[in-house]
Amino acid sequence: MLEKDVVYESTLDHDFLDEIYALPGGQEIKKCIQCGTCSGSCPVGSVMDYAPRKIFSLIRAGFRDEVLSSNTIWFCASCYTCAVRCPKEIKITDVMYALKRLAVKEGKTRGRKAVVLSKNFVKMVNKYGRNHETELMTRYILEAELFNAFHFIPQGWRLFSNGRLPLKPHRMKNLDQLRRILKKVDELGEI
Amino acid sequence: MKYTYYPGCSVGATANLYQDSINVVAPKVGVELEELQDWNCCGATAYMSVKELMSFAISARNLALAEPFHRDVVTPCSACYLVLNKTNHYFAEYPELRKKLGKALEAGGLSYSGNIRVRHLLDVFVNDVGPERLSELATKKLAGLRVAPYYGCQIVRPEEGFDDPDEPESMDRLIEAIGATCVEYPMKAKCCGASLMGTQEKLALKLCRELLANAVRADAHCIVTLCPLCQMNLDVYQPKVNGLFRTKFNIPVIYFTQLIGLSLGIPPRELGLHRLAVKMTKQMKDVLKGA
Repeated sequence: MLEKDVVYESTLDHDFLDEIYALPGGQEIKKCIQCGTCSGSCPVGSVMDYAPRKIFSLIRAGFRDEVLSSNTIWFCASCYTCAVRCPKEIKITDVMYALKRLAVKEGKTRGRKAVVLSKNFVKMVNKYGRNHETELMTRYILEAELFNAFHFIPQGWRLFSNGRLPLKPHRMKNLDQLRRILKKVDELGEI
Repeated sequence: MKYTYYPGCSVGATANLYQDSINVVAPKVGVELEELQDWNCCGATAYMSVKELMSFAISARNLALAEPFHRDVVTPCSACYLVLNKTNHYFAEYPELRKKLGKALEAGGLSYSGNIRVRHLLDVFVNDVGPERLSELATKKLAGLRVAPYYGCQIVRPEEGFDDPDEPESMDRLIEAIGATCVEYPMKAKCCGASLMGTQEKLALKLCRELLANAVRADAHCIVTLCPLCQMNLDVYQPKVNGLFRTKFNIPVIYFTQLIGLSLGIPPRELGLHRLAVKMTKQMKDVLKGA
């Protein structure tokens, strides 16, 4: 843990900050005054490796690995409480999204179940144009929770027995158009 | 009042009880919802976690499809509301993003100029129909029913919307207008854990426990909400909360459109209330019967 080990200046990544600045919304973290409103407002801050205020501080100090490998960015549920309360109006949730994408890009997501869920969600949308909740959960369980699958049975049954878990997906018609749009984005490159 | 309706993916599945109630209630209060043809998923929080421009692009396709109709886009889902709205705002705010989105849409033979207003169904009920009109229409006032109004996150944050981000009250006015009583519910805009229920279950259950406990402590007969994910977490996972924390919660979590439907005298079954995981309690039924 950060508090116990000595971290040498030479092991820090001084380009990390510039990299974050280059991300959409990343410039904003310059404005952070370390007041802690975000951490105090966060409903899951108490179980994060580093609550949001610390994340901003770590970014500025160059703790690249600690930030990108932290559970913090994946525990953020996008409730936007910090974002509306931040006195410097930093779009904190957007910064968390940017960090999520950077962590995915760099493969710093071992054991992060939220990544499995997100990636399968994207698959659903690219396949049907819409999310198919039943297939999404099945894929997610097979990939991330195989040994824990029985654990999902009660709520699955509660949904199914009340007619809330359709087996067939709803497909959109003009999937071809959606795919052309996505292909174009791929050519343009992400933001 | 006619609107372009963007249902979102959930109301076709886990939230079909929401759609059931919208189908019967909207026409009765004069809200005409014409479904946007061939809409696609908004991308929700998950797509944004992996690809940013792509998630804005798929969301923008819906806005582009809606633009020729020159009507407000209305959605019953808080996540859809947030994402479509965010796309709209960023489209206006960031020229670089606008340029790229324009090119992407063009590849699909579409264009968007940014002139569509995205609204949540609650906003339409509160500000277009209005509490006064609902009060007139409510043939069966829900006197004696104690309700915990739960808004959740993405309907009130982050954009400056139609209600307060910390202490929203728009739905409270609707609930009072149809004769029910809103209990003191300080958790009304707190997070239910959203998709963490899938990936960090215990953590999400803990957040749900707080929401349920506060409603029960305030003697509410039910919790009323407006978001498919909030409803699912609080309803379907309620037995799991009980299992983990040794609580005995048994409080129905219903949609605001279902509550309004009850006040219009519509039978519970037509409102999809039989699809609740935590069924309406005897106590709640008795209050409704006596009302």
